[in-house]
Parts: sequence; C-alpha cells; structure tokens
Amino acid sequence: MFAYVVRRILATIPVMAVVALFVFSLLYIAPGDPAAVIAGDQATPEDVERIRASLGLDRPYLVRFGAWVFDIVRGDLGVSIFTNLPVSTMIMQRVEPTFSLMVVTLILAVSIAVPLGVVAAWKVGTAIDKAVMGFAVLGFSVPVFVVGYLLAWTFALELDWLPVQGYTPLSEGLWPWLENLILPAIALGSVYIALIARITRATMLEVLQQDYIRTARAKGAGQRSILFVHALKNAAVPIVTVIGIGIALLIGGAVVTESVFAIPGLGRLTVDAILRRDYPVIQGVVLLFSFVYVLVNLMIDLLYTLFDPRIRY
Amino acid sequence: MSSASILNPADVPPDSVKAAEPTRDIMPPVKTRTGLWGFVWRNPSIAVGGGIVLLMIFIAVFAPLLWTVDPTALAPARRTREPSAEYWFGTDMLGRDVYSRVIYGARVSLIVGFAVAFFSSVIGLAIGLVSGFVRWADGIIMRIMDGLMSIPSILLAIALMALTRGSVGNVILAITVAEVPRVSRLVRGVVLSLREQPYVDAAVAAGTRTPVIIWRHILPNTIAPMTVQATYVCASAMIVESILSFIGAGTPPIIPSWGNIMAEGRALWQVKPYIVFFPALFLSITVLAVNLLGDGLRDALDPRMAKRI
Repeated sequence: MFAYVVRRILATIPVMAVVALFVFSLLYIAPGDPAAVIAGDQATPEDVERIRASLGLDRPYLVRFGAWVFDIVRGDLGVSIFTNLPVSTMIMQRVEPTFSLMVVTLILAVSIAVPLGVVAAWKVGTAIDKAVMGFAVLGFSVPVFVVGYLLAWTFALELDWLPVQGYTPLSEGLWPWLENLILPAIALGSVYIALIARITRATMLEVLQQDYIRTARAKGAGQRSILFVHALKNAAVPIVTVIGIGIALLIGGAVVTESVFAIPGLGRLTVDAILRRDYPVIQGVVLLFSFVYVLVNLMIDLLYTLFDPRIRY
Repeated sequence: MSSASILNPADVPPDSVKAAEPTRDIMPPVKTRTGLWGFVWRNPSIAVGGGIVLLMIFIAVFAPLLWTVDPTALAPARRTREPSAEYWFGTDMLGRDVYSRVIYGARVSLIVGFAVAFFSSVIGLAIGLVSGFVRWADGIIMRIMDGLMSIPSILLAIALMALTRGSVGNVILAITVAEVPRVSRLVRGVVLSLREQPYVDAAVAAGTRTPVIIWRHILPNTIAPMTVQATYVCASAMIVESILSFIGAGTPPIIPSWGNIMAEGRALWQVKPYIVFFPALFLSITVLAVNLLGDGLRDALDPRMAKRI
C-alpha cells in the first residue's frame, strides 16, 4: 500500500515534466515569430527585440528552460508584459472567484448528476431514462456560454430572481456570495452533469446485474437501499474517476463562464491576457490549472485505496 | 456384443428412414422495411443527425444564394434593427445583417469541425499504430500523451492562439493539437486488443510481415471506433472554435463565425439578445446533430461500446 502510494506520486513527475516542457516549448514550436505577434502590428523592430529579450527567446533553448524550471519551482512564474507585475501575484489576486465557482459547480453537478444517473439506470428503457439521456446529449451539445446567456436572460433579466452578473467575495456573507454563483455554476455544470449522469447510468446498469444485488433483493432489502447502498457503492470507482477527469471540462468552461457573468477570476485574467497578448500570464494560468488537474486526479487515485478495501496494489 | 445400433447406418432398416418434412415458418412473416425509410426507422439518430448536418453543409456551400447580402457590409444608418421582414435576424451594432452573417458563419464552424476531425484522426492513427507496435516507443509516447492530456484542451488551444496570428488555419492547428492525444490513446487501445486476437497470431505464425498485418487486420478494425470518435471530435472542435472566437482568441473578427457574431453581440446582449440568440441556436443545433450522428454510428458500428456508455 505504502509502496503503491509512493509509486503513484512518483508517476506524476514525468507527467508534470511533460506539461512544463510542452508549455515552455510552445513559444518555440508556434508557427511564425511569437515575439512579433505579441508585439502587435504597430510595433517597431526595437519593441519586437525588447519582447524577444523579455521572453528569453534570445538565449539558447536549454539554458532558458533550466532557468525557467528553477524559477517555477521557487514559485516565480515570470512578469506580465503588460502590467509588469509578477504573474504569481496577478494569479493570487484572482484565485478566489474561480475556486469558489468551481467548488459550487462541483457540488451542484455531483448532487444533481449522480441521482439522475441512478434513477435512469433503475428505470432503464422508460420515459424517465430517455429523458435523462436526452438531457445528457443536450448538455454535451449546447455550449456553456449559450446556457449561460439563456439562464441569465430567464432568471436574472425576466424573472429577476438572481443577479445578472458580478461576484461578491465570501467574506461579505454566504448568501451574497452564493447568489452570484448559482447561475454561472449551473451553466458551467451543464456538460459536467451530462458526463457524470451518463457514466453513473452505465456503471449502475452493469452493477445492478451482479449476483450480490440479487442477494440483497432476496434478503428483502428496500429498493432505495439496494440502489444507493449496495449498487452505488460498488459503482463508485468509475464515477469518481470521471468526476476527476471532467475537472478539465470545468477548467476550460470557467474561462468562458467568467466572461459571460463578469466574474473577476482566472478566466477573465486569461481572456484579458489574450486581448493584450500577455503571454507570460497565459503561460502561468495554463501551468497552474494543469498542475491542479494532475494533483486532483492523483488525490482521487490515492483516495480509492483508502475507501475501497478491494483495491490493493 | 454386436447389437444393432442406429449409429451404424448399415443397421438401420432402409424403409424406416423418411425424408424430413420441409420446415415451416413458425414465426409469422416479419414486416421488413427496406430502402431509405427502413434505414431511417432502424437508425433514427443517424437519420436525424445526418440530415441536419447535410442541411448545414448545404447552407454553408450555397450561402450566397440563400437570400443573403454581403455579411461584412457596414451600414451605420441601420444599426441594431430588431428582426423584421427585411432583416430576418435583425442587424448588429455596425448595421451588418445578422441573418447573412449567421448563414456564412456555418462555413467556419463546419470547416473547423471537419478539418480537426480529419487531421486528428490521421495523426492520432499514426501515433496510435506506432505506440501499439513499437514496444520501446510506447512508454515514451504515452507519457507525452498523458502530459498533453493534463492540459485542459481549451487552455492549450488558447495558449497556442496567443502566440500565433488569428486565422482559421491556426485555429484548426490549435484544436487538433489538443485532440490528438485522445485519438492516439483510442487507436493504441484498439491495436493492443487486436494483437491478442487469434487471427493476428495466425498471421504472425504464417510469417506475414508487420506492414501487411497492419494493412489487412489492424486498419480495417480501427475504422469503426475511429469514425465514431471522429464525429465526437468534430462536435467538440466546433464548440472549442466558438469559445475561442467568443473570447477573442479565434478566427479574426472580420470573418463571420458563430463565435465572432456572439462576441460582437455580447456588449448588447441585455437589450438586443437576438444578436447572440441566432448564432447560438445554429451552433447548438449543429453540435447536437453531430453528437446524435456519433451516437447513432456508435450504436450501429460498435455494439460493445454502445453497451458500455
């Protein structure tokens, strides 16, 4: 068990190394001259040279990569071309809204999607099942910003139940904070809900055919206890895996959702950085999100071994 | 001990053997639907999804003939008109006809969707084959793919777009890079399971060379899962393209794409929601159609996969 934990943690090192190497190398493999693109159309040759130097493109590749990795390990993500502030400072200022949005979305999505999937598997082939599966296809197909605008239009503009846009920090109270996050969380969660509901249904369908479910029925266990205790517990591993993998969808969707709902988080920072071609900021955000993603999935893998006594390595 | 046995034909008296009665159909004749209607009846997802995709292709190809005007023509005098008989979907803040822009926008979405599906299939197939057949390369390739897959695909595309000039070609490139790892993993999985098949063992034992095995036995079996995967890649690419354009990292604003039209309508969405609504509707319906087509193809081509999801 201990050996497995150590091995699993060590296995993330090459993955993170590839992420870092790739994100770093983008500057070199992107077609055209990145320094000229970042400088913009009105730039003088001196501007381009200045940006080339600030990106380190005038130094040899490996020297530059070594220095860059050394800086990252110390928490230094470089300096923004546009504001001249350290990228790590800019990111820290924007972490709270994005983190809040993702946590609320995660809780909301899991608490909607898992019961939906369980019910669909239980009532397989009926209208309920078909409705859930139809909803899942819709969730995969309607882009997150379209869902966002639809929700904002209906529940904020027409019905006036919730605020249209903006963000209130958690320090100003739970409800003002939550109130601003409900619509963005539903919009961001739509794909995620579809994904989790689908995998829950598929896994539950398999588990419900096992002998121990028949045993549970035979000993007179109630329908609810069979579904949520006997079956769901045994279906947990694939579902939790997909919840972990799906976080990539949340991260990508957060960029757009924050634009639609004017939430001043990392997504907005990214969008602003694109418009200013502030590459160090984009690089920092991509690195941070990728590492968070890898770490979350590492944690999920490790949690299996704690919660599922059948998994032994 | 030699007793007569019916197992020995010589022991059976000749007149005891009667010709069997011709078997009669036990089941009443089943009404089989043939032709186009039968296909639609058996594969409603393929029919509906494919039908809408064909319609969108038609719209994209014949955009100039579908009562459109120049989608980039500015007319400041008639800005932000509501939808009417003259301007079916209204006009945007620069007075451009939203209907014409949405119809022409189908071109960008479809080109990006199909191109990404094609290129990521071809590249993913090549990488997956190498990974499945070359043992020493497999570990390295899969570590690289794991790394690439841990970068959320939209962020990967954003990072690439921030370094290149906005053009349809670069958008296709950026989304393809993000999609290739998934296709490679799929192909590798298929190749590894096929290599365990007895007919592949038999081919190896008969001395068939590896390229011939790949061509005869491996490639034909990757077509079904790859086709299904390609439709999903196409749907996802269309969504990513619209997101990139929407946040200003996609096709240049001068090209009308659904994401661009929405990006321009964004500032006015609370007062003039139709500018965002129509491209959003077209995008959603198209992606839905491609996803339906994918689900239908999966059910028809790959019943084992259909059972799992």
